[in-house]
Amino acid sequence: MSELASVERPPPPARTWNRQRIVGTVLIGIWAALGLGLIAFLALSWNQELFERYAPNYLSGLIVTIQLVTISIALGALLSAPIAYARMSKNRLLAWPAYAYVYFFRGTPLLAQAFLIYYGLGSFRPQLEALGLWTFFREAWYCAILAFTLNTAAYQAEILRGAVESVPRGQWEGAASLGLHKLRTFREIILPQAMIVALRPYGNEIILMIKASAIVAIITVYDLMGETRRAYSRTFDFQTYLWAALIYLMIVEALRHAIEWIERRIIKHLKR
Amino acid sequence: MRITARMTLALSAAALALTVGAAQAQDKLRIGTEGAYPPFNNLTSDGKLEGFDVDIARALCEEMKAECEFVTQDWDGIIPALQANRFDAIVASMSITDERLQQVDFTNPYYVNSLVFVAPKDSELDPASIGSISIGVQEGTIAAIFAEKTYPDADLKAYPSQLEAWADLGNGRVDAVLADFGVQYDWINGADGACCEFKGEPVSSDDKIGIAIRKGDTELRDRLNTALDAIRENGKYAEINKKYFPFDIYGE
Repeated sequence: MSELASVERPPPPARTWNRQRIVGTVLIGIWAALGLGLIAFLALSWNQELFERYAPNYLSGLIVTIQLVTISIALGALLSAPIAYARMSKNRLLAWPAYAYVYFFRGTPLLAQAFLIYYGLGSFRPQLEALGLWTFFREAWYCAILAFTLNTAAYQAEILRGAVESVPRGQWEGAASLGLHKLRTFREIILPQAMIVALRPYGNEIILMIKASAIVAIITVYDLMGETRRAYSRTFDFQTYLWAALIYLMIVEALRHAIEWIERRIIKHLKR
Repeated sequence: MRITARMTLALSAAALALTVGAAQAQDKLRIGTEGAYPPFNNLTSDGKLEGFDVDIARALCEEMKAECEFVTQDWDGIIPALQANRFDAIVASMSITDERLQQVDFTNPYYVNSLVFVAPKDSELDPASIGSISIGVQEGTIAAIFAEKTYPDADLKAYPSQLEAWADLGNGRVDAVLADFGVQYDWINGADGACCEFKGEPVSSDDKIGIAIRKGDTELRDRLNTALDAIRENGKYAEINKKYFPFDIYGE
């Protein structure tokens, strides 16, 4: 028995400098040098005047971007639940419209959707006024929220559906055999397991939304990208775009860590 | 390891191609324009470029006996595209400003522009007292910069092109549009602009429009200036002017 306790693992294979490893290391080195060059460029071309003039604009743009993404992700999550339910329903009257909704919003560019809602519906002002909806559609901000919410709801509905369907049928059957109500089964047994599957895709969706939000400037909402373009059109200095890229990178990086933190917490019971 | 190495190789090759692609031979003249600025440069429904700028550019090319090719480019990227050698000259109603002169050189002006407000006919807009109304402008134009400086209380809305600013004036999202005299004149005399009219006198004038070329491209600048003088002399300019505007746009 004692020999079992002192099991020796085989030594790891020696890492030799073969051709692929050399090529890979050199190329990674080139990329690292490019990255460092970029940072050095930003440091060397630091322009105090430019910073003082445009930093407040970037900050207000950043706030707009964060508000836009937060509000539309939250509203989209609310909207995605009934859509996912309808999509999984056996009733065709429910399933088909939900399918069509998801099909349309995932199949067309967000840019086109925002454009149609803002400029397209804008040309139906008399009809919208008659319905009392013009005060809503007059504002670019509401149009942007609407377009982004409708778009992300389609993606989130698919994430939710996929996650719920990934939970084995046996879980439903086991709960039913214990006499649990379907709603309670869903809330307390299915959903917690589905959320583990859904967390990463949700994180991806938020990251995609942050980057997609850069298009709202075309409907006159000044988000981070809009402010960047404005600064660029005044200075013709392309470091304005580099700064924007760095800010987006930092948001995404922060978000990635937040999601990993949540994941570590909710899969605690699965780790040995 | 193998896949990583290959991916990195492909990405590096792509990065290299981007930097090498910029150098190209230049046997004919490439003219950059926006193509969304009627009646100066716009695309017809079948995708052809037309307008005052386009006709002037064609007349200049004919005068210089050069073969010209037009390239359309969004307004906010038009100066970088010139610098990146995507084309050799910008003929797109570009005002000669100090900020732009730091980036590009300009020929002599080929017309003179002023900024004017357009608003619905029933509006009582007075350019002398703008206050806190909402004004539509095209981003990156001198109208945008002028309005930002001159009307700090106004709600400025900046659009990617002039056409969208007018669309929002038509449906009432903005109270007025501030833009170049020539484009506004053309719009209020067209079907879409029937709702609206000029409000007051131009708020800024003597804004000179030139052809932008890369910094240091003096040979092309001299050729263009000579050709410009020639079409002024031989009546070609006057002919094009008359085709688009009943008034003299050159402004001596």
